Amino acid sequence: MKKTIITVVGEDTVGIIARVCSYLADNNINILDISQTIIDGYFNMMMIVDANRSAKSTEELVSDLKALGEEIGVVIRCQHEDIFNKMHRI
Amino acid sequence: MINLFEVEETNQMIEHENLDVRTITMGISLLDCMDADLGRLCAKVYDKITVRAKDLVKTGRDIEVEYGIPIVNKRISVTPIAMIGSAACAGPADYVELAKTLDRAAKAVGVNFIGGYSALVSKGMTPAEERLIRSIPQALASTERVCSSVNIGSTKTGINMDAVRLMGDMVKATAEATKENDSLGCAKLVVFCNAPDDNPFMAGAFHGVTEADTVIHVGVSGPGVVKHALSQVRGENFEVLCETVKKTAFKVTRVGQLVAKEASARLGVPFGIVDLSLAPTPAVGDSVAEILEEMGLESVGAPGTTAALALLNDQVKKGGIMASSYVGGLSGAFIPVSEDQGMIDAVRRGSLNIEKLEAMTCVCSVGLDMIAIPGDVSASTIAGIIADEAAIGMINQKTTAVRVIPVIGKKVGETAQFGGLLGYAPIMPVSAYSCEAFVNRGGRIPAPIHSFKN
Repeated sequence: MKKTIITVVGEDTVGIIARVCSYLADNNINILDISQTIIDGYFNMMMIVDANRSAKSTEELVSDLKALGEEIGVVIRCQHEDIFNKMHRI
Repeated sequence: MINLFEVEETNQMIEHENLDVRTITMGISLLDCMDADLGRLCAKVYDKITVRAKDLVKTGRDIEVEYGIPIVNKRISVTPIAMIGSAACAGPADYVELAKTLDRAAKAVGVNFIGGYSALVSKGMTPAEERLIRSIPQALASTERVCSSVNIGSTKTGINMDAVRLMGDMVKATAEATKENDSLGCAKLVVFCNAPDDNPFMAGAFHGVTEADTVIHVGVSGPGVVKHALSQVRGENFEVLCETVKKTAFKVTRVGQLVAKEASARLGVPFGIVDLSLAPTPAVGDSVAEILEEMGLESVGAPGTTAALALLNDQVKKGGIMASSYVGGLSGAFIPVSEDQGMIDAVRRGSLNIEKLEAMTCVCSVGLDMIAIPGDVSASTIAGIIADEAAIGMINQKTTAVRVIPVIGKKVGETAQFGGLLGYAPIMPVSAYSCEAFVNRGGRIPAPIHSFKN
């Protein structure tokens, strides 16, 4: 199964997780794992999701989430997990 | 499972340290396009390139979006054109037609460079090869995206000094033919010794005859990533320094390997090699010179520079080689002057000169690269520079190359502007002593004794 990694980085504010999660739910994207931390007031979150059943293409997801991030005032990236697996696992 | 820290590290490299895949290069064999009729040859060449590479740019973009890694260039390399045009091209003007065809094909599929306007003449020149070489100035002046290279020597064959002498003239003629744009044509012309068949980097890429019909090669980059990693180990000993470069090179190369495999699968074209070169750009923080300075040199060119570069080059290979199943191409650190802000600064402050650059080329990939010299340097002096570099390559069994730009109408201290990835370069002084009687002797320099290994 292809997994996608969503990262959210930026100044902490109310409702970041809520907004991102409702977007994912609306688009039939299942969250498999979430880790989140605050470093120096900066919100840092990583989600592992399964987007295989979403009607949206990867390109649409990437641009939708980027736009959502801009709305909230954070940076949201959406990437295939393999770039991290390949780089950090032998 | 992947953790937050690892994801952060990767994205930090991409966002702040200029990690990217420098090029996906599709190598296309044109051997089956050969024809005695120039019109038919051009049509077949155009069709083959535009059919094989029609999805190259789009696939590159898709991979970029999906993995979130920039892929800066999508390019094409073809079989050396001297061979392809040998039956159809009766004179240099016919070869220029073929160059224009390549240019049109490159524009049609949206790649920014197409390499392979080349001749391999390390031992001798056929009349067709000589015609192609003589057409280079006109071909580069009348096209935008075509890159040319000529291999004039190898460890196995020695150095073809007739070709070296001729290339001195051709570099000069190319400079003249493109003098309106600071002799830009010379930035697209490389003279090689021991040219590899599978190099994905321009301007020296061509698709060797030993290759399959169509292949995908990938060139990685990442000077900024290495520099950042080294800034974390300031003052540590050489063991720590080397380990850090190695680990970083591994990570960078893994991304290249991933992109290469993905591109190859999506395009239905076999994967060739990953080229492990550290390729700088004029962007701040994307400089090989800055890595050397981070190691402890006040400015590139200072004593210790060659050792630092040797260490860097070797550790990049050691780290990268395990990250990829097939490594090839040039695989080493590039030290182009105009494409590296740190190099430009070093030249300007007077710490780096051509002689030191020549020494540096003994221990890293390629050679005297993107160096602007005064426009009044003679063709025989350029031939002498080429012969020196070729000798370094021949004796050390490595690839060396010369890409110098005699900027017509400009003198030492002035600046040549090439634009884009090619950057800009301060014009560097060249020895004023003549080598004319030496390069005019004619003939070949024999292969070195250690090439006889059978």
